[in-house]
Amino acid sequence: MIPNVQSTEAVALGIRRRVFEHSIRSNGGYLSQACSAAEQLAWLYNEELRLGSPTLPAIPKPFAGVPSAANPDYHTGAGYNGPAAPEFDRLFIAPAHYALVAYAALIETGRMAPEGLEMFNQDGSSVEMIGAEHSPGMEVHNGTLGIGLSTGAGLAWGRRHRGEPGRTWVFMSDGEVQEGQTWEAVQAAAHHGIDSLYAVMDVNDQQCDGAMASVMEVGDIRQKFLTFGAACVEIDGHDLTALRDAVREPHSGKPLIILARTSPFRGMPILQERFPRLHYVRFKSEEERARMNLSIAADLGIAPVSYSH
Amino acid sequence: MVEMVNRPYAAAFEAHALANPDVLCLSADLTSSCEIDGFRDRHPDRFLSMGMAEQNMMSFAGGLGLAGFRPFIHTFGVFMYRRPYDQLMASVAYPRRKVRLMGFLPGITTPGGMTHQAIEDIAVMRSIPNMTILETGDATEVESICAAADSIDGPVWCRILRGSVPRLFDTPIRVGEMRVLSEGSDILIVTAGITTEEALRARSALAGAGVSIRHLHLHTIKPFDTQALLDHIGSVRHGVITLENHVTEGGIGSLVAETMADAGVGKRLLRLGLKDTYAHGGSRAYLARYYGLDALALVRGVEQLLGQDFGLTETDLDAVRVDAVHSLVKAEAL
Repeated sequence: MIPNVQSTEAVALGIRRRVFEHSIRSNGGYLSQACSAAEQLAWLYNEELRLGSPTLPAIPKPFAGVPSAANPDYHTGAGYNGPAAPEFDRLFIAPAHYALVAYAALIETGRMAPEGLEMFNQDGSSVEMIGAEHSPGMEVHNGTLGIGLSTGAGLAWGRRHRGEPGRTWVFMSDGEVQEGQTWEAVQAAAHHGIDSLYAVMDVNDQQCDGAMASVMEVGDIRQKFLTFGAACVEIDGHDLTALRDAVREPHSGKPLIILARTSPFRGMPILQERFPRLHYVRFKSEEERARMNLSIAADLGIAPVSYSH
Repeated sequence: MVEMVNRPYAAAFEAHALANPDVLCLSADLTSSCEIDGFRDRHPDRFLSMGMAEQNMMSFAGGLGLAGFRPFIHTFGVFMYRRPYDQLMASVAYPRRKVRLMGFLPGITTPGGMTHQAIEDIAVMRSIPNMTILETGDATEVESICAAADSIDGPVWCRILRGSVPRLFDTPIRVGEMRVLSEGSDILIVTAGITTEEALRARSALAGAGVSIRHLHLHTIKPFDTQALLDHIGSVRHGVITLENHVTEGGIGSLVAETMADAGVGKRLLRLGLKDTYAHGGSRAYLARYYGLDALALVRGVEQLLGQDFGLTETDLDAVRVDAVHSLVKAEAL
């Protein structure tokens, strides 16, 4: 186990800072996902998840090939979450587009070296933009949205069948509720009573095309989850106390889904200028880049990033 | 008279699962139709009802594989790749999960029409990295496919025959090999699944017409022993005919064509099967005749390849088995 040397608040701030710095240097990035999800991933990695120490090197190895019979040394990036021992938890990042945020969480909790983020989206790197199985902290491919909860349900059923006490966690995004498979997964988890399955969903009302209500209205998703047979609590996703309380919700015989209501500009209010297109913020001009650099740095309490143009 | 075996999969799967504790049985609301209703009733702790939700079932099976289990998924083949193709790729094939995809009612073996007939599954599966493809052509192969599939370190696509199945062979599937059913020197015939029985029906008539047939039956489609095929092609004078319960694009006809082209083999190849068409609902015998997948179609193919007319008709072929669509030996539901 890695001792949590930082407070969870500090981890969340660190996640935003790292994603911000990376995005300014790269002239764009998944900024809004850091704004909405920082507390959730900080809470999971710094407090709630029962994880062993990493089994993979702090500085990620380069891409070493895809799974095949001819690649016997292949392994996933799950080792950054520690070994897959019976007593430990497992975590899937279902929206793999949050990879940058998840990598930042690994760094802030001492599971990956800061150099890992410099490999982000570089050719030949395992630190891929859309988290792959072999990317740090990842165990399955989730770039196709909606498959994560099903995989988690299967793993959780299998672990329970083996008598393993560890829990299976899925970090989800709210856009995934537009996929029918999400509902298939919930009904199956409920039908089979898989209560070792936990999901934290970043409900930021955002998807690639913009605000969810304008793309596809999804209605009252908490009520939907309840109707499909899950236990479900809806909280302020930036409130760590609320997250800590949410996981105590009784859910015997049911998966527990925590809906974390969040803001996609939390900690970086200038991003409101880009609403409703926040999925991937690519700066429209050097002027905007410079202005956002100054504004967000001030909000995050750090010096503006120096970058090459 | 050929021996008919009733529901060979049912007992074979149960025996295999009981001998292998990490084998699980999944079904998508086609449990009796896939002959696993008895297993469900006798071993409920090893059976997972997944409902009519194939996308979840595929990813869920991937999760079971991640937990070290070897799930056998049961539904009609067509429902296991068309709708959940994305999940098949991401949750099963890419990570090489040991998921055994037991696809019942291959091709025209179902009267259910287009929505029920897996006619391009082999083409799809051949193009998926990490996938192994097996196909059953008789009761012995159905009885041995669980062990054969479960020996593979990765996902396996299986075409399974159900109900009353003829016994043509007396040795189990040996993955990676092919069966040599005759060793003639004029034409090589390559068949798989139900078309092997059709080719056997044509055997004596063709022999009577003086054609020396070399006949290969494929139970393993991927991986494939190309050198063995090339050796057989080298042993015949006139060329090769493939007959498949599948479209002629991407299946065993394509497999043979690619093998010949890669090796620069300059012999004739005639690919018989569904010719760029969907089928419709009807009995297997009717569909095989209508779409040219039966023994008579093969005879016509031999005539075409040799440029001769033997004057053979249906009456010259060995008797066809006619199963009543609603007979007791058939699983009840489509």
